[in-house]
Amino acid sequence: MIKVENLHKSFGDTKVLKGISTVFEKGKTNLIIGQSGSGKTVFLKNLVGLFEPEQGFIYYEDKRYQNLTASERRNLRKEMGMVFQGGALFDSMNVEENVKFPLRMFTKLSNTEMKNRVQEVLERVNLKDVNTRFPAEISGGMQKRVSIARAIVNQPKFLFCDEPNSGLDPRTATVIDNLIQELTKEYNITTVINTHDMNSVFEIGEKIVYLQDGNLAWEGTKEEIHHSDNQDLSDFVYSSNLFRKVKKAYQRGL
Amino acid sequence: MNYVSSIGLYFIMIKDTFRRMTKRSVLWRLIFQEINDLVLKSMGIVIFISFFIGAVVTIQTALNLTNPLIPKELIGYAARQSILLEFAPTFVSVIMAGKVGSFITSSIGTMRVTEQIDALEVMGINSLNYLVFPKIIAMLMYPFIIGIAMFVGIMGAYLAGVYGGFLDGAQFLTGLRDDFIPFHVFYAFFKTLVFAFLLATIPAYHGYYMKGGALEVGKASTTSFVWTSVVIIITNYIITQLLLS
Repeated sequence: MIKVENLHKSFGDTKVLKGISTVFEKGKTNLIIGQSGSGKTVFLKNLVGLFEPEQGFIYYEDKRYQNLTASERRNLRKEMGMVFQGGALFDSMNVEENVKFPLRMFTKLSNTEMKNRVQEVLERVNLKDVNTRFPAEISGGMQKRVSIARAIVNQPKFLFCDEPNSGLDPRTATVIDNLIQELTKEYNITTVINTHDMNSVFEIGEKIVYLQDGNLAWEGTKEEIHHSDNQDLSDFVYSSNLFRKVKKAYQRGL
Repeated sequence: MNYVSSIGLYFIMIKDTFRRMTKRSVLWRLIFQEINDLVLKSMGIVIFISFFIGAVVTIQTALNLTNPLIPKELIGYAARQSILLEFAPTFVSVIMAGKVGSFITSSIGTMRVTEQIDALEVMGINSLNYLVFPKIIAMLMYPFIIGIAMFVGIMGAYLAGVYGGFLDGAQFLTGLRDDFIPFHVFYAFFKTLVFAFLLATIPAYHGYYMKGGALEVGKASTTSFVWTSVVIIITNYIITQLLLS
């Protein structure tokens, strides 16, 4: 569980986050949605500790991030995994070395143990026979899966995904979404996903946080979103014709 | 003001590079990797350049010493002094600012652009230590290539002088040993070591703190080359003033 209290963040004179309070629950896929420039990425980077908030607190389980010492923060980071928008795989290493990287950095496992664990995780994300290939040699969807494998290899308690299915075809995108949801349930992880893909919202939106101009404008589940009376949220979610039809059909109980 | 804050940021980077060391076993692998990438892979170009620069310096000196009162040995002496003091350490370092420097800037810059540095930070790794420290340590090997550059340069000088028919071998060797001051070797290697540090850190600074996309990586490489050579030239002046005059 991650609890956020009155989070503020600005760059120079521009206020990006203007006081956000919410809770991301354990074992659920929590989604942050909002238009480009609404502060999603900044919010996520605050959550993983890449940015330091000016005001407000973030609690991981019962630990308040702002109270932790530098070494406690480092230990907390070891319990986090992150899937970046572009994958952020190390291009000087092959797939296996990429996934092995967190293990080599933070565990005292033997080489065989590491290899077994890497194999296990790669199989979990349905990747076979790519161990010795380099990130540049595999497809975008595979890169995302390697990235997910690297994020979960060290059994994190918190998983963060920055637009995990951007740039993927709809089918692969759904596969990635479902994979993240399955892993979340399987290992009981607190997962926070940054997305603007409405398919993801309706597929895996167990908890949805809608950001608008740095404020939390709405929160709820994918079922509640159809009945929301927040005009901005409706405009955002149902910006395409297709989804407007979906909404009508849904409200008619089809 | 911008320059002042850049210089400040550079020193903060140096300080952070030596904090929170990466796991030792990982660090060793990285260091050997960097020695290969930065030092060994530069060997070819350094040998090539020093050989021909040594040769040309000799030909130029020989062609300009037309006065019969000046002994021919002076050609060997001039070749030794110029190669040992400037051509091997400084000239080659400026070339390395282009080769090693742009390699460091573009590799770190690409990691910044593709969020690989953020990925390291999220894992709780000190990315500066992970990326820059092995390069600094690897560049401690850099004086070895400069030693080779000196040797090859003088060899080029000898071959061009003797087989070009400007003086005979014995004269060259006499000139080569004339008035030799061992302190000059210390001076040359001392400044090489300083240049090595600059060659590792200035390009790393430009790569690490760059913003933008692929185009900016290219721009950062160019800027890093310009600044690395400028700083090397100025440092060369300061060290020479302090140690030799």
